[in-house]
Amino acid sequence: MGKLFERFPDPLARLIVVVFALAIVGVVVVFGLIPKSMMDVNAQWASAVKREEARPIKYAGFHACAECHDKLYETKKKGYHRDLSCETCHGPAKAHTEDPDKVKPEIPAQRAFCPQCHAYDPSRPRGFPMINPVAHNPLKACASCHNPHDPKPPTTPKECSACHGEIARMKEVSHHVQLECTTCHDTPQQHKVSPRSVKPSKPQTREFCGKCHGKDAKDKMAKNAPKIDMAEHGEKYVCWQCHYPHSPEVEQ
Amino acid sequence: MNGRRTFLRGLLSVLLSGGAIGGILKILPSRADAREAPPKGQKWYGFGVSVDKCIGCARCMEACKTENNVPREPFFFRTWVERYIIRKNGATTVKAIEPNAEPSPEAASDKSILRSFFVPKLCNQCASPPCVQVCPVGATFQTKDGVVLVNEKTCIGCRYCIQACPYGARYLHPVTRTADKCTFCYHRISRGLLPACVEVCPTQARVFGDLNAAASPMSRFLRMNKIHVLKPGLNTEPKVYYANLDGEVR
Amino acid sequence: MNPEFIRSLHDLLPQIQGYIYPNEIEIHWGLLIVVYPYITGVVAGAFILASLVKVFNVREVQPLYRLSLLTALAYLLVAPMALIAHLGHPERFYEILLTPQTSSAMAMFGFVYAWYLMAVLLLEVWFVHRTDMIAWAEQEKGVMRFIHRTLALYSRDTGERSVAFDHKALRVITIVGIPSAFLLHGYVGFIFGSIKANPWWSSVLIPIVFLFSAIVSGVALVILLYMIMTPLTGGKISMRCVDKAIDFLFYAVIVDFSLELVDFIHRVYQSEEEIKILSEMVMSKLFGSLIIVQVLLGMLIPLLLISLTKIFRKRFHLNDDLRKMVYFVAVILIQFGIFATRWNVVIGGQMFSKSFRGLTTYKMGFGGIEGLLFAILLLALPIVILAVLMKILPPWKEMHGEVVPEGMEVAGS
Repeated sequence: MGKLFERFPDPLARLIVVVFALAIVGVVVVFGLIPKSMMDVNAQWASAVKREEARPIKYAGFHACAECHDKLYETKKKGYHRDLSCETCHGPAKAHTEDPDKVKPEIPAQRAFCPQCHAYDPSRPRGFPMINPVAHNPLKACASCHNPHDPKPPTTPKECSACHGEIARMKEVSHHVQLECTTCHDTPQQHKVSPRSVKPSKPQTREFCGKCHGKDAKDKMAKNAPKIDMAEHGEKYVCWQCHYPHSPEVEQ
Repeated sequence: MNGRRTFLRGLLSVLLSGGAIGGILKILPSRADAREAPPKGQKWYGFGVSVDKCIGCARCMEACKTENNVPREPFFFRTWVERYIIRKNGATTVKAIEPNAEPSPEAASDKSILRSFFVPKLCNQCASPPCVQVCPVGATFQTKDGVVLVNEKTCIGCRYCIQACPYGARYLHPVTRTADKCTFCYHRISRGLLPACVEVCPTQARVFGDLNAAASPMSRFLRMNKIHVLKPGLNTEPKVYYANLDGEVR
Repeated sequence: MNPEFIRSLHDLLPQIQGYIYPNEIEIHWGLLIVVYPYITGVVAGAFILASLVKVFNVREVQPLYRLSLLTALAYLLVAPMALIAHLGHPERFYEILLTPQTSSAMAMFGFVYAWYLMAVLLLEVWFVHRTDMIAWAEQEKGVMRFIHRTLALYSRDTGERSVAFDHKALRVITIVGIPSAFLLHGYVGFIFGSIKANPWWSSVLIPIVFLFSAIVSGVALVILLYMIMTPLTGGKISMRCVDKAIDFLFYAVIVDFSLELVDFIHRVYQSEEEIKILSEMVMSKLFGSLIIVQVLLGMLIPLLLISLTKIFRKRFHLNDDLRKMVYFVAVILIQFGIFATRWNVVIGGQMFSKSFRGLTTYKMGFGGIEGLLFAILLLALPIVILAVLMKILPPWKEMHGEVVPEGMEVAGS
């Protein structure tokens, strides 16, 4: 051993000993002292996945409620709210499924609840049923007119909106809110029976809109309508190529 | 005889070396593909968002915080919903909506709005996740079914992943002091349930499912819509797909 | 949950400009991560200065050789402290050594650091001081004798063969050391530069900019230490040495400044998606630390000061004290400038939202791990360590110019 070292210069020999000692300590620590599991990332991932999978759930899911509340479930299935989970309104119900008597899900009866979805909001998609919560039957609970499990307007729907709801709702918040559908569309009675073969009319000419929006419109409904000179305004186009009649844009 | 043997040997060596080079060339692209095409029968989860259907009701944000014990303070979100208002003068304002906020009726008469909409956001569960790439200890990783998870037992809280996420989807959990983010509700989907946000979404603006399934709400969503992902230029290959996404959304 | 922390986030809410993703309000890499690249920068810079002597044979700066080596060592010992202290779970830092992810730049820190500390700095310091330690131990008693004996690994061989080997080893180590120093700090730059999500960081130039600002900060700091310590220990400042070192500093600052300028022009000219929010940030939140401190005080004024001594050479060279004053001010300004550079990279990179629609604010605390006090402590710690190192391995003789180097010789035996 000593002879071997003499072949190296003194400082190198000493460094080799130190490095060697460090290496041995390192090997002992890595292979002897540290448990294998701490260095096995795949095993760590597997246990992390298990841990993640084992987390408790809070929302029971849409099937769970039907087991007991089958009648309500059947009602809801046919109405506009058919795609909603019960827990969308009633909150997390896993605890309720485990102990139905002790834990009761909330029943959001207060008037502030429904407008979270149904209040008018310009960012909401057009056609989504929206109301102005300030003007819409103030102080009355929503559920006094609408059954949340089968929400419908309380009165028989207007004949057109029963099928053309999206257009009707859009029109409801537009400047044409006062106009009946039949103001612009002649609708034969037969349309209700065979809607695809007998169709309502649509305005064909610029002059039709001009009856209200023309410079010298006489129609009594046209009193407050914005007026344009039909001869100069948008010559080449028919009106509805720029203005959508069910939700006309408004001058600044 | 001798000539033929030399020829055969030469041919063999050419084939071998060519094969080796070809093999190397094949590794690179195949590694990149491997993530996109998981083996048949393996679940590969994805998420769809119909921007046109979101009504900004914030049920999803509520449900997420409840289901996953996310701190209630408004600085920690696994999912959130942004409201975009694009005005006629071109100005765009964005705000994350607050759950249970009173609706503002005056917005109805705001005539300067050109268009406005809600955009739900969540972890994109990227197929090439930058957060996984930078994690020094392998605490964040991608499962076989393509969900990026955080191992809270080994996360050291260095927050490199938070810096690397282009979508702001990660936060440092103030209690565990480890990185946290959306897991597609891994505990729910592994039991066959939907993620909590999808469960409570009243308008089906959120869709979830296995991208490999032949017929499912998810595959129908991808088949019937024009699809976009967030920040495609970063090549993170998000698995949260957006239908009818506006160009202003980042 | 820490209610004070939550309250501080609430306080930040009104200061947000525009829109940021809701998770972005907290600035995750605070003052500690500003300190970290500053410290590693000093390490790399000081080492490069040391290698001027050994590799490029610049004899004038010989008095700085040992000082810069010890400075590099002292700062290197502190560098990981800042990193570990900022972790959410400092007690788990060993994970980075047990399950390092090869794809993570940060995971490579342990290896780059260990390589640089063990294979470069410690070895070089040991070889430089080996014969000295043997000589010191001969004349000493008690603890110091024991320390020097142990540190010399009980070597007593000052024979020709061993000394020759020392010199050869030193040369090899320094040659390996220069790329290693580049690696150490270029790698720190890469930690930031490789984040594609962050356009303020994501740039191929960042590692190079880091490198040159590292050289600037290291050289300036060693000059500063030399100018302070030499008179305090009863020596005389060698103006030949300082002039030469300042020369190098001058060129390093010019390169650093040009690189940053190129980066800036490139960004403005390309004018990509993020340019609006970045320029808004530079003009508002970063105006003081970037325009004023980093560029004006940290680069332009020192450049101007040093150029003055060059332009009015005659006048300044007649008056050593005046020149000393100018240098002294310049190197101090440069320290602040480089610290501001680190600040602007680290904090600036987190102040704008990745939605490119808004800015948040960094509110520095005073107490606590992320606070100002701890950062100052961390910045002062290397000086303390340096003082201890100088007690053990005194570089005074060399600093006072009592050692006349002969070629590559390191005398003292």
